[in-house]
Amino acid sequence: MKITCKDVADVALLSRLEFSEKELETFTGQMDAILEYAEVLNKVNVDNVEPTAHVLPLKNVMRKDEARPSLARELALSNAPEQEDGYFKVPKIMEG
Amino acid sequence: MELFKYTAAQLHQKLVSKEISATELTQNVLARMDAVENDVKSYITETRDSALAQAKAVDTKISQGQDISVLAGVPGALKDNMCTKGVTTTCASQILANFVPPYDATVVEKLRAEDAVVVGKANMDEFAMGGSTENSSFFPTHNPWDLSTVPGGSSGGSAAAVAAGEAIWALGSDTGGSIRQPASYCGLVGMKPTYGRVSRYGLVAYASSLDQIGPITRDVTDCAHVLNSICGYDAKDSTSINAGVPDYTKSLVNNIKGLKIGLPREYFASGMDPEVERAINKAIEQLVALGAEYKEISMPHTEYALSAYYMLAPAEASSNLARYDGVSFGQRVEGSDIVDMYKKTRSEFLGAEVKRRIMLGTYALSAGYHDAYYLKALKVRTLVKQDFDKAFENLDVIITPTAPTTAFKIGEKTNDPLAMYLQDVCTIPVNLAGVPAVSIPCGFAGGMPIGLQIIAKPLGEETLIRTAYTFEQNNDYHKGFAPLGGVK
Repeated sequence: MKITCKDVADVALLSRLEFSEKELETFTGQMDAILEYAEVLNKVNVDNVEPTAHVLPLKNVMRKDEARPSLARELALSNAPEQEDGYFKVPKIMEG
Repeated sequence: MELFKYTAAQLHQKLVSKEISATELTQNVLARMDAVENDVKSYITETRDSALAQAKAVDTKISQGQDISVLAGVPGALKDNMCTKGVTTTCASQILANFVPPYDATVVEKLRAEDAVVVGKANMDEFAMGGSTENSSFFPTHNPWDLSTVPGGSSGGSAAAVAAGEAIWALGSDTGGSIRQPASYCGLVGMKPTYGRVSRYGLVAYASSLDQIGPITRDVTDCAHVLNSICGYDAKDSTSINAGVPDYTKSLVNNIKGLKIGLPREYFASGMDPEVERAINKAIEQLVALGAEYKEISMPHTEYALSAYYMLAPAEASSNLARYDGVSFGQRVEGSDIVDMYKKTRSEFLGAEVKRRIMLGTYALSAGYHDAYYLKALKVRTLVKQDFDKAFENLDVIITPTAPTTAFKIGEKTNDPLAMYLQDVCTIPVNLAGVPAVSIPCGFAGGMPIGLQIIAKPLGEETLIRTAYTFEQNNDYHKGFAPLGGVK
């Protein structure tokens, strides 16, 4: 096994997802099969190979720091599950 | 009159010659939707009223003697991951079931500027994760060639709509084959342009370094027309390429004399349907008879591309999909505190495949595994890209099958994610390398369409169009219309 139920439960927490015991087992089996398949990557010699995160030879693309029109506040808030006084509203973040 | 069976270029002629009106044409396609949509299920959202309004505006322009673009008044479909101002954009996910974008994607703006008519937002695998459209959280789409089979995916609704006559053209998006594979399964032309050729602004992100928008059409001529409409630099997408856009219709030339074709032997490996292989080989013979030269080549890192992709795409997805947290848009489930709200919202409204990829990506990026999986995959990506760079030093195009088989039965692979992933084996390396590729019809096996994949160097779309057009003009695979047969 490449991955255990406990590993999957840890990853679920990082991913902000919850699973039932049964789902956790199914996911563990499926992720294990995929990671097993990915083992083939270890057959490749990547010494002195640079990683490619992106195919284009682009570095930071800059524009002038000038104010320009943007989405109106009410439009930006138009899909908010909850809002108040022009802000997105969320449950309590801090104790006390 | 079955106007829905014509191509955009043919319909444009009928519109400018006033043989038909844009309103008649849109009504004809809407009537076709009435007749077949229950069997095919291409659309998540239909936009009938705005389509008729767009058509009417085109009729006014024609009556005033104004010039109109080729797509003006011609009904098409957009994959439901492209933002449309005021029209629900769901990505086939419950988490975005109520999301109404306050702006248009750049491709949508461009199409509107040309007066293209949009009849609906097409079904897809949730967040473009899948190869069959069975991962839609709403319903599966059926392949118009045989309703018991999948249309491919993730742009399966776009492809099915065009194949069934519910749209004349469509846009899809392609991260690992999601335009080319459904085009192949549905007997259509589907192109993934060079990474950066088409703006991604307003395309809901799956794996940002791989995603690209492109056309799904009935023939190569329409492919060139749609490309003309959507390509080009966009300051709103910092990864779009700042280069001029040629008129792709100038490449609709029936001549490939001297074209150098490479056939990578690694793409003809085990698991391929012998009838698919036979069709590809026959296509090569034909291209040679038409004046091309071919040689067998080796692209030694092909076998690692799929594994690299299934580390990199989920890694990027795990980051991109962190935004579905119930805060600024989409659905929310209340929780005892904010983390509880995140967990409940995401667990309730994201589908199994999406969760699987978020988990896989989070794992590949997590401390202790980052170097072994993610970094390793990025280095393998370099090697895959170098295989293409090297091949294109001496070649004009690389030709492979688009998929190892024709469309499979609905439900056949849903319990085996890995078997589903293997359908992308021929298309994924192209995304990793960022090069353009097109799938065109090249035959049938048991009545189901087979796709030929033609790959070119970066910004080589003109070579793709010329090669694809020449093949098409010397065959009639694209002329048959899907029979809507089989048992749903």
